[in-house]
Amino acid sequence: MNKKIPICVTVNGHLYEEDVEPRMLLSDFIRHQLRLKGTHVGCEHGVCGACTIQFDGEPVRSCLMLAVQADGHEIKTIEGLSADINALHPLQEGFREAHGLQCGYCTPGILMTLEPFLDENPMPTEEEIRHALSGNLCRCTGYQHIVKGVSIASEIRQQHLEDASGEGGEK
Amino acid sequence: MSEKVFGKRVKRNEDARLLTGNALFVDDVHLPHMGHIAFLRSPYANARIRSVDVSKALEMEGVIAVFTAADLGDYWKPAPLLLSPPPIERLTFVERTQPPLAKDFARYVGEPVAIVVAEDRYLAEDALDLIVVDFAVRKPVVDMEQALEKDAPLVHDELGDNVAAHVIQTKGDYDAIVKMAEVVVARRFDYDRGTAAAMENRGVVAEWDALSQRMTIWDTTQAPIPIRNGLAKMLGLSENQVRVIAPFIGGGFGPKVMMFYQEEIVVPWVSMKLKRPVKWIEDRHENFYATSHERSQIHQAEIAVSKEGKILGIKDIFYHDTGAYDPYGLTDPINSQCTLLGIYEVPNYYSDFKAVFTNKIFVTPFRGAGRQHGVFVMERLLDLAAKELGMDRVEIRRRNLIPPDAFPYDNKIIYQDFAPLVYDSGNYEPVLDKAREMIGWEKFIREEQPKLRAEGKHIGIGLVTYVEGTGIGPYEGARVQVLESGKVSVVTGVGTQGQSHFTTFAQIAADQLGIDVGDVEVVTGDTDLFHWGTGTFASRGAVVAGSAVHAAALEVRQKTLNAAAAYLNADETDLELVDGQARVIGDPARAVSFGTLAEEANPLRGAVKPGTVPGLEATSYFGPERGATACGAHAMIVEVDPETMELTIHKYVVVHDCGVLINPLVVDGQIHGGVAQGVGNAFYERLAYDDWGTIQNASLRDFLLPTAQEVPAMEVGHEETPSPYNPLGMKGTGEAGAIPVGPLFASALEDALSDLADFEILEIPLSHSILWGITQAVE
Repeated sequence: MNKKIPICVTVNGHLYEEDVEPRMLLSDFIRHQLRLKGTHVGCEHGVCGACTIQFDGEPVRSCLMLAVQADGHEIKTIEGLSADINALHPLQEGFREAHGLQCGYCTPGILMTLEPFLDENPMPTEEEIRHALSGNLCRCTGYQHIVKGVSIASEIRQQHLEDASGEGGEK
Repeated sequence: MSEKVFGKRVKRNEDARLLTGNALFVDDVHLPHMGHIAFLRSPYANARIRSVDVSKALEMEGVIAVFTAADLGDYWKPAPLLLSPPPIERLTFVERTQPPLAKDFARYVGEPVAIVVAEDRYLAEDALDLIVVDFAVRKPVVDMEQALEKDAPLVHDELGDNVAAHVIQTKGDYDAIVKMAEVVVARRFDYDRGTAAAMENRGVVAEWDALSQRMTIWDTTQAPIPIRNGLAKMLGLSENQVRVIAPFIGGGFGPKVMMFYQEEIVVPWVSMKLKRPVKWIEDRHENFYATSHERSQIHQAEIAVSKEGKILGIKDIFYHDTGAYDPYGLTDPINSQCTLLGIYEVPNYYSDFKAVFTNKIFVTPFRGAGRQHGVFVMERLLDLAAKELGMDRVEIRRRNLIPPDAFPYDNKIIYQDFAPLVYDSGNYEPVLDKAREMIGWEKFIREEQPKLRAEGKHIGIGLVTYVEGTGIGPYEGARVQVLESGKVSVVTGVGTQGQSHFTTFAQIAADQLGIDVGDVEVVTGDTDLFHWGTGTFASRGAVVAGSAVHAAALEVRQKTLNAAAAYLNADETDLELVDGQARVIGDPARAVSFGTLAEEANPLRGAVKPGTVPGLEATSYFGPERGATACGAHAMIVEVDPETMELTIHKYVVVHDCGVLINPLVVDGQIHGGVAQGVGNAFYERLAYDDWGTIQNASLRDFLLPTAQEVPAMEVGHEETPSPYNPLGMKGTGEAGAIPVGPLFASALEDALSDLADFEILEIPLSHSILWGITQAVE
């Protein structure tokens, strides 16, 4: 039962070769073995969404997967979004601007859910944002400032894209 | 002068860390050689414990230790009572507090019975299965009315009954006035249990360092200083040997100010016993059973009103379910008793409650802390009286408002803070009017509703009001210091769980010291850095600790000016503090940075004048004469599908008066979050207990927290009536949003479905099926 299994997993661009027990949850592996504490755990039964990470680019609940299932896959956590407070990701900027977080416990999971959402829906409506958020529970904000934060993020993101294409054009 | 930041929508200092995953929460604490704890909890609500056999668990590989009540020796004793009851005449209160581990009896499902310490949490949970407890199961008492019956099972055998307290507060003479009433409405109101369900569960990490003889505890508490003081006493240590750190906390909402939870008592003891650090993190399932609940009360209430709709008096007799123990005293039911009066003149009041022991987890404050129940009863009675009188629901409220010239207004009963219930200030009519206007009351009732009803839509409107007693004493403190880096440090004793203290306290200091908000570093919740104070509860952090920050900042401002005057050889009155420096007004070249002044104020060599106090630093305390009373009105327009009872909230309006705003962005956030919890409480969140005291929906799959799709978009309006009891005129706002949502749902839903059936909503929480049942019952 305690026999460990070797896995190779890429997290935020770093390759980790680790030995894990077969029953270890992916959330525990990320938090307690890799010590990436930004991913939070709220229910461990797949409802609250706090532990959401990106698994090969898709948002998934890390509490509903085993670490061994991540072998050979690519994971992104909140630490991979932007760790530079002077160059935050548009979502981080938007949340800061709109007061989209209070205690901040659910926030990493929400950001991990929303990054791919914004990539697919660059200019979402309020209804679309609320739908996208509906798998993530927040007990502090009442969601309104989160929704606003996503709208602001969408605008910042568009601006970045325009700036980038503008620079590209000049070259 | 730098631009003032008090009152501005300033972005938060704490966000950068939280948004990048760089904020320390309790479960992030990782110490070498740390053991992991799991608790064995009673599966029965009422059982005698005949024996506990841990031998098999001890044999398991990876298990470090197993402890039961017997192992605790003299350390086993019921936890201290957190709050004695207030001085109310003829009050009776029976103190029964929770022991660290159940010894002879288990009194609720989830009560801890044994502890396993293992090399990891997985192993600790495995070992729980190997512990054999011989329970003699007894019939529990789950329902509080049944608990008061003569032959009811007893929660505490030695008491002979299940009455935990009996309190009567009166004002005027209700029985005399009721004879003069045009209309008397009497109803029974039921409010059922819910749970705060903060996204972060509770947790405790304890590290006893035998060499330095110091205990360090990381705790998800809202009140680190009282935890330190209490644990020091229990563990036989001095206060200075114990450091409690409440780091970032993932939501509190009241249950995290409950103390002492059994785990808070046991985990540090285990660390001392084993001489190694240990960690316990509550899981979500435990959170449903092991973290305090709130909200079950049953009221038999009546209102007497005149022909003109003036309230002549209220009589309210209620039961409050306190669960198996009453460690938090009577805060909840006294809040219910007091907050019922609301923004209205109630000349005659008779309020009588019994707190009742039941075989369920104890009840302690959860955002609103009993206020909801009082507001529900009052607002429902007003709606029903208006209906009897054929009067508009807003109009009956207007006719009973406490007039603006009546403040301070003495309600002539005693509040939870032991002081008379005196409202400091208020101007209620503009709040009512603004809410009425923002929701479009008149137009909706006259034009929109008839039109929509003609189209077959079931759509209704409601408007309710409330007060919130906030910012109560006794006191908080703060230390403000100009650092040699030129930045400013603010340290307070309160804990923080998302309220934006890192920003709002910084704003208060920044204005006095002429420094950027981002250059004020706020520290909260570390007893080594500040060791006087009580905690974050009762919507008091900003008011009480904020006022202490203000006082300390004023003092540091003066010290900085004095130091700068000496340094620049200028008159202090010619100086200003701007952008982190002191400079001569009109001659900005003559300036000195805060960093330089801080260094000068702490010389390394040479002599100083007698009586010199080093540093540009001050510590101040603030204790308000009494609390500050905030108020507000909520209104909504809701459409209901009569087949499914699915709700669509078309408009939700909040008008709130919490005195002078420190940061409107933060206040809006507090209100939004409060409303979301109110919506959950009103329609989604009900703990479903069975007759055996087991919660049937103890998971987030089954206990429904509202998502972004259930919580409506809100429009928030502010009125600002300053409180005279603190220098900045602030009132608290943390709980307000959650308080009046139940009666608002009841009022608006009754209105929406009034064309279907003549029914009354007299209970909270509702649900699709409960609402359907209520409407069917009368048809």
